[in-house]
Amino acid sequence: MSVLDKLLPEFFIKVDRDLCIKCGQCVNNCGFSALLQDKDKNVKPIHEKCVACQRCMFVCPTKAIQITKFPGTQKHNDYWDPEYINNIKKQANTGGILLTAAGTDKLHPIIFDRLFLDACQVTNPSIDPLREPMEIISYLGEKPIDIAIEFKDNSYILKNKLKPNIKLSSPIIFAAMSYGAISLNAHKSLARAAKESGILMNTGEGGLHKDLYEYADNIIVQVASGRFGVDPDYLKRAAAIEIKVGQGAKPGIGGHLPGYKVDDEVSSTRMIPKGTDALSPAPHHDIYSIEDLAQLIASLKEATDYSKPVGVKIAAVHNVAAIASGVARADADYIVIDGFRGGTGAAPTMIRDHIGIPIELAIAAVDDRLRKEKIRNKVSIVAAGGIRHAADMAKILALGADFVTIGTASLIAMGCTLCQKCYTGNCSWGIATQRPDLVDRLNPDEVSKKLVNLIRGWSLELKEIMGALGINAIESLIGNRERLRALELSKETLDVLGVKPAGR
Amino acid sequence: MIPALEHIPSGCAAAGIMNKSGIRISGDAIMDMMSVMHSRSNGLGGGFAAYGIYPETPDNYCLHIMFDTESAKREVDSLIEENFIVERQEKIPTKIINEIKDPPLLWRYFVLPKPEKLVAKNMHADDFVVKLVMLVNTRIPGSYVNSSGKNMGVFKGVGYPEDIGRFFMLEKYGAYIWTAHGRFPTNTPGWWAGAHPFSILDWTVVHNGEISSYGINKRFLETYGYECVLLTDTEVIAYTFDLLVRKHGLPLDIACNVVASKFWKDIELMPEEEKKLHTALRMTYGNLLLNGPFAIIVATNNYMMGLNDRIKLRPLVYGKKGEFSYLASEESSIRKVESNLDDVYSLVAGKPLKVEVNKDVCA
Repeated sequence: MSVLDKLLPEFFIKVDRDLCIKCGQCVNNCGFSALLQDKDKNVKPIHEKCVACQRCMFVCPTKAIQITKFPGTQKHNDYWDPEYINNIKKQANTGGILLTAAGTDKLHPIIFDRLFLDACQVTNPSIDPLREPMEIISYLGEKPIDIAIEFKDNSYILKNKLKPNIKLSSPIIFAAMSYGAISLNAHKSLARAAKESGILMNTGEGGLHKDLYEYADNIIVQVASGRFGVDPDYLKRAAAIEIKVGQGAKPGIGGHLPGYKVDDEVSSTRMIPKGTDALSPAPHHDIYSIEDLAQLIASLKEATDYSKPVGVKIAAVHNVAAIASGVARADADYIVIDGFRGGTGAAPTMIRDHIGIPIELAIAAVDDRLRKEKIRNKVSIVAAGGIRHAADMAKILALGADFVTIGTASLIAMGCTLCQKCYTGNCSWGIATQRPDLVDRLNPDEVSKKLVNLIRGWSLELKEIMGALGINAIESLIGNRERLRALELSKETLDVLGVKPAGR
Repeated sequence: MIPALEHIPSGCAAAGIMNKSGIRISGDAIMDMMSVMHSRSNGLGGGFAAYGIYPETPDNYCLHIMFDTESAKREVDSLIEENFIVERQEKIPTKIINEIKDPPLLWRYFVLPKPEKLVAKNMHADDFVVKLVMLVNTRIPGSYVNSSGKNMGVFKGVGYPEDIGRFFMLEKYGAYIWTAHGRFPTNTPGWWAGAHPFSILDWTVVHNGEISSYGINKRFLETYGYECVLLTDTEVIAYTFDLLVRKHGLPLDIACNVVASKFWKDIELMPEEEKKLHTALRMTYGNLLLNGPFAIIVATNNYMMGLNDRIKLRPLVYGKKGEFSYLASEESSIRKVESNLDDVYSLVAGKPLKVEVNKDVCA
């Protein structure tokens, strides 16, 4: 190996010899083989292999191990970031495409952090969610444009026939993450938590494992360009069906599950041969235009007797408002808009970090457009990609979304530390892996409780925010941009968001 | 002109009187009712709605319009002449009093849409009038339509309500329904068009409270063609009732279940049919829920209705004496004009109280 081939390690593992009791837990727990023990049980780090997943630090009983940034430094350069220099060296070595995972970690402007919520003072009372009803039930699906009523036998009878809608006890959906990309235990945890919390989980594009059939009422099944695991039974074992067109982390890009993640169970769930790469084409090859999408929506509805909502997931790209309008008119019942901070199990770095637009702008533009065209009732809007906490959720609802999905946040509740190495299949936390030794670490009994807690916590916080706003039903928060103000955003951004500057 | 481009929260006093046989009484009583509640207002807005005041032209729409400038009036005049047959137009009579300063130009027009215009637009007369009101309010700066119904009118401006009443000489009008309002706007100087009642066609609304859901109520109504430009949350209430009752044909009590919707916990306990209905109402019209404290008095040519928000954060009292029904923010206001009541009680949270005039009153 020439010195030109070498890369400096990104991280540096420090083992405190005084504190270390040589128990070997760190070595056993490292999914990336970055730690070894010599014959005297001394822990030997291999810095180059460390991804800073932090598993060793969490499991070390004496806190003898620390991961830090590699202390060796380059000449400081504000423009040529060490990451870019390293990447060029990698590509000079291999001629390949840079790969990464999770949502973009780049310092793009964060609109959420420039938005502030309102509260009541004097002229209208705030409401205490512990004493008064505070309603966050939401329905996913198409709504009528008006209500028709008949007066019969001294009572009112509803004459409308409603389209299928799903009732959620909180406006949160676990984001689409496929079995294959994540482990079966992770999928089970999400399904159990969705059921217990009265919300939904999304299978992603990897089919539905038989162990999850019992959670059908809390599951959205995805139909993506690879059509993995799709057959009539799959469509029937779900509360809703979602056509995945795009993903915020990689708009315009297909998927690639490497063959080494396709074991027996993944193989039978995805309905593909064991050990083969699972390739999702960039487009659906039966959707080259909006009328093709309308046909697929119609086919899926026909196949399931019009008994469940059919949604479409698209990435937030420049023309998202017009696309969403087309999708609504193509008879989708809900639209997921995935912003540029949306996560992924694997994506080309250049795509993840440089394509798409922020979810805040996309939701505002889509909500405006659908209202202007008088078709807002035709779809629920689901905001995805980079929702970090309950306040982000409240803000995006106020901008016009009916629901949020949480992918990264739910993974973190399951143990994820955002090391962004999902595509390696070595996840030390047993999430983004199919290695049995790693998957076994993730106990669905334990982890589903964490997820239930997360949903409960965010729901309570949402209620607190609504109480401060003096509103006791979520219908009054959604699209209520009057209760948002912005700090230091440009006039153009304010115009797109429909939000006033703070102080006005 | 509009002093600040944002909506104006308000405290306020509200009152109403109705005679169900259609006996028309002068404005003295309602002004008396308001004077008792003087301290609920702060002099930055007062107004009245009166029904049955133009019996000589009951079939004409009467447009009460205020203008900031003569040129605004000229523009509106030509728009009206283009679209309507004008039966009569005149300055609304007023009296100069010390308490009322710098009033705008106040005119009323008794009109009917030109039949050929209705045919050309394929529109119902009511819709045509609504469209014109929106046009004047949004496109002609400095002009605001205060009311646009038949045989009724809105009189409002900046001042204490009892002074506004004297300014418009309401003692000289006879009406079988009177409603009134005194404002306590909290963050802007009052402006004439921003006073209550708010009105579209013969709907009028007076409102004590603050609609915390205003932002989305407004955006929802915009998708149905209503443009909210008067920057006061009460405006959305008038348009909401017009949309739900006149356009979508819902019974008034069902419309009340939209603006003060049932709680999910109560809907859960309902019999199946009722549950279906209330679930559908919330799914469809959830954005029209008026969230936040309110006591409103809604009136049309046929009835007067009081309604509180669903957790009752504002006062509203009902009183009855013979053929007269009263609603007011305070019982004292009712007692001022009728000390010997047959019945008196507070309205229940979210439950409308509607009193109707006899059928022959506005046949």
